[in-house]
Amino acid sequence: MNKEEILEKFKELGKKILEDITNNNYPSITLPQRTVRNIIYDKNSRVVRLGEKKITRKASSLRQAKVFAQLLWVAYFSKENLIKKGKSCSLRDLYYNSFNDIKIKFDEQDESDKIVVEIETILGYPREYFHIIPEEKSSIFGDLTIEYTMPETHKGQRVNLQTDPDGKNIGLSIATAKFIECNAKMVIAIEKGAIFRRFVEEQVYKRLNAILIDTGGQAPRFTRMLIRRLNKELNLPVFILTDADPWGMHIARVIISGSALSAHINDLATPEAKWLGIWASDIKKYNLPSIPLNQLDLHRLETMKRDPRYEEDFWSEQINWFLKLKCKAELEAFSKYGLTAIIDKYLIKKLSELKN
Amino acid sequence: MLKFEEISPSEFFYRNKEIAGFENPTKACYTIVRELVENSLDACEICGILPDIKVVINETGEGDGINKIIKIKVKDNGIGIPKENVPYAFGKVLYGSKFTLRQHRGIFGLGGKMAILYGQITTNNPVKIITSTIGSKLLHFFVMQIDILKNEPNILRYEEFENKEGWHGLIIEFTFLGNYYNSRKKILEYLFQTSILLPYMNLVFMDNYGMLVFKRKSSLLPKIPEETLLHPKGIDLEMLKRLISINKKETLKCFLVKNFQRIGNKIAEDIIKQLNLNPDFPVRKLKDEDIIKLYNIFKNYNFKKPSSKSLSPVGENLIIGIKEIFKPEFIAFNTRKPSSYEGHPFIVETAIAYGGNIPIPSDNEINLFRFANKIPLIYDSYNDVSMKVIKDINWNLYKIDIYKEPIAFFVHICSTKIPYKTLGKEYIANVPELYKEIELSLRKNARKLSAYLNKKRLYEYQKKRYSYLKEYLEKIFDFACKLSEAKIKIKKEILEGIVSNE
Repeated sequence: MNKEEILEKFKELGKKILEDITNNNYPSITLPQRTVRNIIYDKNSRVVRLGEKKITRKASSLRQAKVFAQLLWVAYFSKENLIKKGKSCSLRDLYYNSFNDIKIKFDEQDESDKIVVEIETILGYPREYFHIIPEEKSSIFGDLTIEYTMPETHKGQRVNLQTDPDGKNIGLSIATAKFIECNAKMVIAIEKGAIFRRFVEEQVYKRLNAILIDTGGQAPRFTRMLIRRLNKELNLPVFILTDADPWGMHIARVIISGSALSAHINDLATPEAKWLGIWASDIKKYNLPSIPLNQLDLHRLETMKRDPRYEEDFWSEQINWFLKLKCKAELEAFSKYGLTAIIDKYLIKKLSELKN
Repeated sequence: MLKFEEISPSEFFYRNKEIAGFENPTKACYTIVRELVENSLDACEICGILPDIKVVINETGEGDGINKIIKIKVKDNGIGIPKENVPYAFGKVLYGSKFTLRQHRGIFGLGGKMAILYGQITTNNPVKIITSTIGSKLLHFFVMQIDILKNEPNILRYEEFENKEGWHGLIIEFTFLGNYYNSRKKILEYLFQTSILLPYMNLVFMDNYGMLVFKRKSSLLPKIPEETLLHPKGIDLEMLKRLISINKKETLKCFLVKNFQRIGNKIAEDIIKQLNLNPDFPVRKLKDEDIIKLYNIFKNYNFKKPSSKSLSPVGENLIIGIKEIFKPEFIAFNTRKPSSYEGHPFIVETAIAYGGNIPIPSDNEINLFRFANKIPLIYDSYNDVSMKVIKDINWNLYKIDIYKEPIAFFVHICSTKIPYKTLGKEYIANVPELYKEIELSLRKNARKLSAYLNKKRLYEYQKKRYSYLKEYLEKIFDFACKLSEAKIKIKKEILEGIVSNE
């Protein structure tokens, strides 16, 4: 990610508005539609993205004029107060900052959140690029040396991500750092902190030569950005380990293909990543303690059946397995066979299966 | 067997004074002013004269505590009364002798006679009258009383003067025992509302407290109502009997054709056929059952609607009156085409006024001004048919909140017979035909007001939008400059130009 690139994009946006005004027109912005109908799953690239439909925001009505001014304020705020100063803030911070201008002030945080998504859509970059960062937690551990590019105070500093046994929290600084040296051969993304912790303790990073990532449930965008970079820039294969339930399956799928919510942002998906498990079919195969699917799970499976991302044979088979078995299992279920069973009996076997 | 005592009409009215609005000294005071003013107005309008009326009320010190002896004097420029008619017009209470229709305020001047009678009974003073008819060279001066038991005029004094100035009209003066203090507010309200409907009237009112002048604002006199024959559907059985009794010499066919509107030779013959009688059948031979049969045929026969020639709507005068009093920013007015109920013709005219001096109604009230035959109806508006219509209309359709906006409604109904619900003549019954006409008339006005208000709201919205948009465009411009790092100074006109583009 290039700071100059973002600043240039903001500059273009400003110029376009000035042009409208000096041409005696209402200022307007045209951007891709984020409606369900315009969210497209591209089967070839295996990525969710926005289609060709556009909408135009025009400052010609009372409501629109205010929203328009608010949008430009957010852009201005992030340019002047965040990017230029090498600082960041959360969505909540942004909302409170608007209180300084009574004309701009957002009534609810919901409104400023929506505008941030709007700017993401206009620029095609996630908000992390203009330094408005999420509060989700996710961590990384592995033999990778990085060099910070921001904030200014840490610029140029190098760190090896194997130094902290708790893992390094993935934030703006790691997501935007340069990769200096990497001795790992693969990336394993894990849905749960507890299993991530066990993998560190059992030295999976050493045994498999892997970088471990705790996605903390659904992977935040920084984490997805970093996984993609590790895959694209360092050519590391990516494997994803989740619970055997519709939700875990979807965590994997979002890392691979992206989500509808961030369809307006490019460069978040890692189509080459692979879902290692636990698959529905593994529950029986490994005779795992299981829990019956509840109403919510079943409903989720029905929705997934209609989702184009799950049309591929393997994925639709897994959905059918779930519907057939009517049960789910957690990663911890392997503890039935001992605490390290998930590594010895499952992970290593699964990896070799996938490689063949 | 019961024995009936024969009494004169004068005595009858005296014994039943509450019927005519004299039940207490306060009410009597109001009724007297009202009856005299209305007689004066009728005396002018009947001949197309712009009314010039003066009312003087003088509270004397005498009386029984709260009730005082009051001297009232009313002067008008009406047609006056021929000398020979004066004793009977004021000195004898007569039952109606005319069998024709015309819109009047009072009926056969009865109210005026009741006023004099009441004055005589309470103070025992005679009434003074000065009158002259149009073109008369003499002024006639009478001092007289009513002999209540005999129902005869008793002239105490008569004099003639030379009419040097060619004056015509009537001056009437008498005393009565009344409570002016309590009735004053109601009297002033009555005069005020009258001036709304009759801006062509000039009225000076004086009492012990001061003088009130309603100046003429219009010279547009309503059409003089014509006298028409009775409509067969509008007659009651008693009246039919009396009509027959004074036409005994006629043949049945002549009787029908001469006395009723909408009955020609053909219809008369048709009716006679239904009675199983001959056209030449003498009226005097009609038996009671024949009369009842005739009455029923009248009720059921499909006659043409009654003529509206006998009616006199005020028309544009209402607009002039409302403008003068309320100075509203908008008025919608219309006069409906004549309609009828039970053989009585009527015309509805309504106005809706908005803004100006019209007050925003206080909790759940409605600014409604009602008039019937040019008389304001001041009390009991809650039960009136007009109020019902207004409450039944869904004002949301017109985007009008009648409880929260400065809106006033004006309804004038003229008819040869106003369907009052009570003896007090303060509110009008819910007659379906009347209800419908009032509704149609008000709705038409409501649509006009709604269009006006929409326009006004749009204008206000545009104005607000303009300044609001400009403010935000300035912001947008400011941020866009900072984003692009351009240092442009934009002329104010451009921002204004964008806003006023559409």
